[in-house]
Amino acid sequence: MLATHPLIPYVAVDAVMLEARAASLAKRSIKTTTKRAGIDLAIRCMDLTTLEGRDSEGKVRSLCAKAMTPRPGWPGVPSVAAVCVYPNLVAIAKDALLGSTVKVASVATSFPSGLADLSIKLADTEQAISAGADEIDMVIDRGAFLSGYERKVFDEIVAVKAVCGDRAHLKVILETGELGSYENTRRASDLALEAGADTIKTSTGKVGTNATVPTALVMCEAIRDFARRTGERRGLKVAGGVKTTKQALTYLVIVNETLGPQWLDPDLFRIGASTLLDDLLMQLEKLDTGNYAGVDYIPKD
Amino acid sequence: MAIFEYAAAPESVRPKIREQYGLFIDGGWAAPEGAEYFSTINPANEEHLAQVAQATAADVDAAVRAARKAYDKYWRKMKPADRAKYVYRIARAITERARELAVLETLDGGKPIKESRDFDIPTAAAHFQYYAGWADKLEWAMRAGQAPDPLGVCGQIVPWNFPLLMAAWKLAPALACGNTVVLKPAETTPLTALALAQIIRECDLPPGVVNVVTGDGRTGAALVEHPDVDKIAFTGSTEVGKIIARSLAGTGKRLTLELGGKAANIVFADAPMDQAIEGIVNGIYFNQGHVCCAGSRLLVEERAHEEVIVRLTERIQTLRLGDPMDKNTDIGAINSREQLDRIKELVGSGIDQGATLVQQQCELPGKGFFFPASFFTNVQTSHRIAREEIFGPVLAVMTFRTADEAIEKANNTPYGLSAGIWTDKGSKNMWVAGQLRAGVVWCNTFNQFDPTSPFGGFRESGFGREGGVHGLREYLAH
Repeated sequence: MLATHPLIPYVAVDAVMLEARAASLAKRSIKTTTKRAGIDLAIRCMDLTTLEGRDSEGKVRSLCAKAMTPRPGWPGVPSVAAVCVYPNLVAIAKDALLGSTVKVASVATSFPSGLADLSIKLADTEQAISAGADEIDMVIDRGAFLSGYERKVFDEIVAVKAVCGDRAHLKVILETGELGSYENTRRASDLALEAGADTIKTSTGKVGTNATVPTALVMCEAIRDFARRTGERRGLKVAGGVKTTKQALTYLVIVNETLGPQWLDPDLFRIGASTLLDDLLMQLEKLDTGNYAGVDYIPKD
Repeated sequence: MAIFEYAAAPESVRPKIREQYGLFIDGGWAAPEGAEYFSTINPANEEHLAQVAQATAADVDAAVRAARKAYDKYWRKMKPADRAKYVYRIARAITERARELAVLETLDGGKPIKESRDFDIPTAAAHFQYYAGWADKLEWAMRAGQAPDPLGVCGQIVPWNFPLLMAAWKLAPALACGNTVVLKPAETTPLTALALAQIIRECDLPPGVVNVVTGDGRTGAALVEHPDVDKIAFTGSTEVGKIIARSLAGTGKRLTLELGGKAANIVFADAPMDQAIEGIVNGIYFNQGHVCCAGSRLLVEERAHEEVIVRLTERIQTLRLGDPMDKNTDIGAINSREQLDRIKELVGSGIDQGATLVQQQCELPGKGFFFPASFFTNVQTSHRIAREEIFGPVLAVMTFRTADEAIEKANNTPYGLSAGIWTDKGSKNMWVAGQLRAGVVWCNTFNQFDPTSPFGGFRESGFGREGGVHGLREYLAH
């Protein structure tokens, strides 16, 4: 088996100017009306997430309630895009979200390591979709990627995509914190996009380094080049460590200035986060009233 | 309107600007002998900012005499470690007043506030900080290993593109080495140098160690021709540099010149392309292209030409041109009407000679001096836009087929200040860098500056080095 994928051209990436460009975009000053639009957008693009070993039915139902109505009693605060849970909690989330616009996303393919046999990964995916998942967040086999078995990574994505078919939207988690370089992130992005990922996603949230601004930038560049080559728009999801409004706005700027405003849409951009929503709500209230609310005015899920 | 159009984000600090500025001579403010003043304006809206003194030959003489007295009486005799304290103090004071100085720089010069805030002012402070550390270690700066002597009184003439930063590049090593200085800022951008004079006064430097004389070319000429000046350091045009060199020939005065450039930015087909595009943009559109080391000639490997043009055309549309005081502005105002006219004239010549102009599509502000991000394709090496320094946001794109051809074309200019190379191959990067006749060669980056790194030119880009240990040698007697 040929290890590297022969048909996907290699793209060089250099850290120095990539990081410089990312830093300059992170310095955009987002104020007043734009800040409000950005907060609204960040909520609409959010995958409200709980991925813990102790997740229970009660926790998931609480999260779903917040996903649908992040700030009860405050008109004009939109619902989030999706709730993201483990496969065996999909049915509960589906039930809790019934009748709402909020989608159910499920991690699958032996999340977070991806180190299981392909048959198990496919079964995992099938189970989540059967239970009602609208979206699948799969992980790539980083071990295979780093040892040069790009075909294995590529073929597994193709296989999972085949299971998803028209039934579920496929997000492919690259786990960039384990890939070791921006160049590898770019390579993995290109593989995933060519293999049929609807969205490429930075991280599981389970390793030391999650989404970073330069990582999001290099993934946007891959998506932009893919669109230029094929005419197809694919999405980006940043996940892990996005806790503040300022960070969320920075990612919106990155997408806005690299992919264009047409990507600022929940179909093409997502932020996976658990606590970010609370900060967005707090900043929203600050814009409305001029004051920060105490943390206990924001409902905990 | 886009769904995420950035709202105005103006910098809110308003620095105090005096109605009228005198000359800073012998530690105090003095009226010019001729009682002549000129107006300095904000190039972004053409509004008057302040009246600035036109120094005459007599004023320059007073400044040089004050500098000589300070040299003999205080500065050369002072313990180097004490001199260092003063220079450190200036660095700290600049840092403390960084925001105010950044706003002043942007008001007077037109550069985007993000650049004066993140680059000009912090780097200026860094130069004082760096050279302060050298003051008591000068024997390690010279090859001989013995304690060297300062030169005496230095006349320093700085340009309008990085007004405070260029003043810092010149003042910091001169002071650390024990020289005294008469500084002449550019006519269109005197305000930060005058603010620095006030800072120096508040730092309690002995009177006369630093003097600031404002004015046009006549003031500069008087300084250059003054018989009691030991050294002239000039940053500016090659044309004026040549006049200064002629004037100083045979006088025994030391001279360093940092002049124009027409730098080649060489992009190979195997380059990290997204970063190369950023490097091209930074290379030519940073500070509206008012950069002597700007990467104003883009040499692209033929097989990558189409891709580069497509990406660059797209990229310049995302640049935000407008009010320099807005924190999100990427391209601010052209420094003066005169400079804008020169840019327009050269762009006109490019069109007349058959090159193809590509420009950022945007509305220019109704007032002030603005020019959109531009580049030319179909440029021949004989075109004026490929040979003359435009000093504006205008790039000339040409192609090459082999590395040898790239090197030959890059070196085919009377200038030699800087160059850029973009390739994924380290060996090629190093090999090409070694063949280029340029003072600075940036590999897979552009416009990187640091006080520890020497900067200066080859041939008509000047001689002498600023920055690093090399910069000290220009202010010490060998």
